[in-house]
Formats: sequence, structure tokens, C-alpha cells
Amino acid sequence: MKVSLKVNGADYERDVEPRVLLAYFLREDLGLTGTHVGCDTSSCGCCVVLMDGEKAVKSCTMFAVMADGHEITTIEGMKKDGKLHPMQQAFSDQHGLQCGYCTPGMMATAIAFLKHNPDPSEAEIRDALSGNMCRCTGYNNIVKAVQQAAAELSAPAAEPVAAS
Amino acid sequence: MFPAAFDYIPARSTDEALSVLAQYGGDARVLAGGQSLIPAMRFRLAKPAVLVDINRIAELATIGEHNGELRLGAGARDQGLELSGQILSGRYPLLADVCAVVADPVVRQMGTVVGSLCHNDPAGDWPVAALAGNASIVVRGKGGERVVPIDEFIVDSYTTAVGDGEMAIEVRFPTPDARTAGAYFKIERKVGDFATAAAAARVTLAQDGTVAKAAIALGAAGPCGFRVAEAERALVGAKPSAAAIAAAADAARKAADPVSDTRGTVAYKKEMAGVLVERALRKAFARLGVEDIR
Repeated sequence: MKVSLKVNGADYERDVEPRVLLAYFLREDLGLTGTHVGCDTSSCGCCVVLMDGEKAVKSCTMFAVMADGHEITTIEGMKKDGKLHPMQQAFSDQHGLQCGYCTPGMMATAIAFLKHNPDPSEAEIRDALSGNMCRCTGYNNIVKAVQQAAAELSAPAAEPVAAS
Repeated sequence: MFPAAFDYIPARSTDEALSVLAQYGGDARVLAGGQSLIPAMRFRLAKPAVLVDINRIAELATIGEHNGELRLGAGARDQGLELSGQILSGRYPLLADVCAVVADPVVRQMGTVVGSLCHNDPAGDWPVAALAGNASIVVRGKGGERVVPIDEFIVDSYTTAVGDGEMAIEVRFPTPDARTAGAYFKIERKVGDFATAAAAARVTLAQDGTVAKAAIALGAAGPCGFRVAEAERALVGAKPSAAAIAAAADAARKAADPVSDTRGTVAYKKEMAGVLVERALRKAFARLGVEDIR
């Protein structure tokens, strides 16, 4: 079956079998291996990607054909103009990753969460990430990273400094 | 594991979905959020030959109030409900409790309320809430439409009153009046696990402060969610008191018929059914301004 979708800003048209899951479509058909498959049973959150920029979805629990006409953003598409997304920068600054396996899913989940709750409490962040597992157990720094990103993303854009 | 092969039909309208369902009958399943169906297909517990995707049908993705009811279309998602004006208004505390604890926050961005009711997992949250909330479900087929009360909708584990060629298109929850409130509690080993025990309560107070109406429902305590009539009888006509709450909780302990598994023994789960009924009742009464019940 034909699907047309946008992934990380680029248009793709592919012929896929309906039973192909989005995670495998991204990894195997498009070669975007930054989306990780952890439990493969909808329990761990490693495979979470962004749909239409604002919804976090488990790509192991969605068929690729369901993404027809939608826009998917994976970890590979978060960087803009050679600059890390504020969430990526925050994970780097706060050491929010150890092995890195859960990181793409954590970031996608956190980005979607901040869209509807731009100024969350620590408890709200922990709740929002409660479906994502980090087996390195590095949750404290992940929460700090989301706090940093929240502050950055909700701050008014800095005025360009006038040349003197 | 990948599911068995199936034909995928993205429906653009409810009528189109119903035509496909009429054509394929029991071989077809409706695909809404897919958060229960897709895992079931991956484990080969479900092998539908045809999936009718209703995610693109805008007329089903509605959340709104009409005629004293909150109506959720078959495409309305848990998170959409959680962030809706109706839930944020505080007028549906029972539903607010539920939509904040279904599965995990990512699953709730795809999962639908009607889909959960149709899946009718013995440990599902929405069947319990629908029982306590006195919901009804609109079931439509090519031949017409019927409104099915929740206690008739729930038939058995994973089985509902939706027949071949039909689909559930909407669930309706009566809007609570100012003297009615509910609450929902569950115990889970971790976020996203199946409930170890779950209970919902809804109470209406009469002018004299006694309980005029009560609904108590349990989940993960039998083949499907159910109401505990004995617990309700213990409350109606009584003032909110520790004794009345304890009697309702005891009735729930007796009525609970769970299975022993990795989540707990039968004795533990029966005990927790009682504990959760007490918590839900105390919270529902507190929401009506009745606190510190002794």
C-alpha cells in the first residue's frame, strides 16, 4: 500500500505492507536508526517519535500506514540549522543520558509534553515521563534536562545584539 | 513480532466505515488508537483479516456536551479528554481521575475512550468508570442505531454488545449535578501495567445530607468490570459515615472475584478492592464538601 508522509522535513513515498510498524519503517525502510526499539510491546517508550510536531506516539504501536499524510519527527530531525534542539542541548548539558538507548524517546515525549505544559513542576515532568523507562536509572538528570529545556523554550527569544 | 497480514482500509467517514464493516462482518475490526488492538495483534491474540482505520474521521473525534451528557466520539483520545474544557472545568471529577491514569501518558495521546470500552479488558479503566458513571454507548450498523446502557454493553471479557458489522460510535456520560461526585482509584505495580485492583464510586447527596444514589464499580476483580449492588445498598439512605463506608468496602471485598497472579494473591486483591472503594468514596464525598467522615 502506498504511503506519503513527511519525515524530518523530507517527503517520502513508499509502498509498505499494512502490518509494518512505524518503528521498523523508520529504521529499516528509511534508515533512521535513531528511533530505538526497546521492549517492542508498548511498555518502555524508547521508540517514541513526534507526530505532527506535537503528539508523542509509540512507533512500535502504530502501523506505518497510519502515518500516511502526517509529519513524523525522529531524533535525526530535531537539530535545526546545525544547532541542537534546546531539548538535545539540555540533555547534553545536564548529563541526561548514560547509554543513550532511551534518550530519543525521552526527548520526543518531553518535547510534546512542553507544548501543552510549557512551565511544568518537577512532579508534572516525572508524571509526563512515567511511560518512558531508563534502565541506567538516570532519571534525576533527565528531569533536570527537561527543566532546563522548559526554561529555554518558554523564554522570550533573545533580542539580537546591535552591532556597536 | 509482526502481526498476521491484514487488509487496511482508511475510512474517510462513519458511513464508509460502516459499509466496510457490513461487507466483512466478523473478519473486520475497527482500528482507533490501536493501543490495545495492535499489541494484541502483535502477540497474535487477534488476527483480523481487515482493519478499518477510523482515525481520519473528523466527525468521530468530538468531545462535547449535549442534553445533560458529555459525549465522546469514537475518535476522542484520552489526552484530548484530559485537556478538554469539560474536564478542566472540574465538573467530571470521576472522568478526570480516570483520564489521568489510563496506561501511560504517551499511550493516552493515541488511545481512545470508546476503543477501551470496546476492548473491554477485565483490568481496563474505562469500563469501570463507565459503570460507575452510568454511561451509555451508541452502537451503529447499516440497519440503524441503538443506545446501549453500559451494563448491557459489557458482555464478557473482551466481549461487548457490538455485533458483527456494527461499531460503537460514541459514549455518553450523564453530566453530574451539583450534589453528585465520583472518584476513581487503582493500584498498579508501575505506570502502564495492568491494574492490580481498581474501583470507582459515584454518590449523590439528598438535601438532608443522606446518600440518595450510589454507584460502586470494580475492575481487575473478575472476568469484566461490574457494579457491586450490595455496596450501593449499604450507602443509599445513610449519612456519609465511617460505618456506611466500611459496609460498602466489605461488600466490595466479598464481591471481588480476582485471579491470583504476579500482581498479587486473591486475598490481597480482594482486600485492595475494599481499600480502593473506601478511598474512592471518601474522595467523592470530599468533593461534595463532606470531609473528615467518622
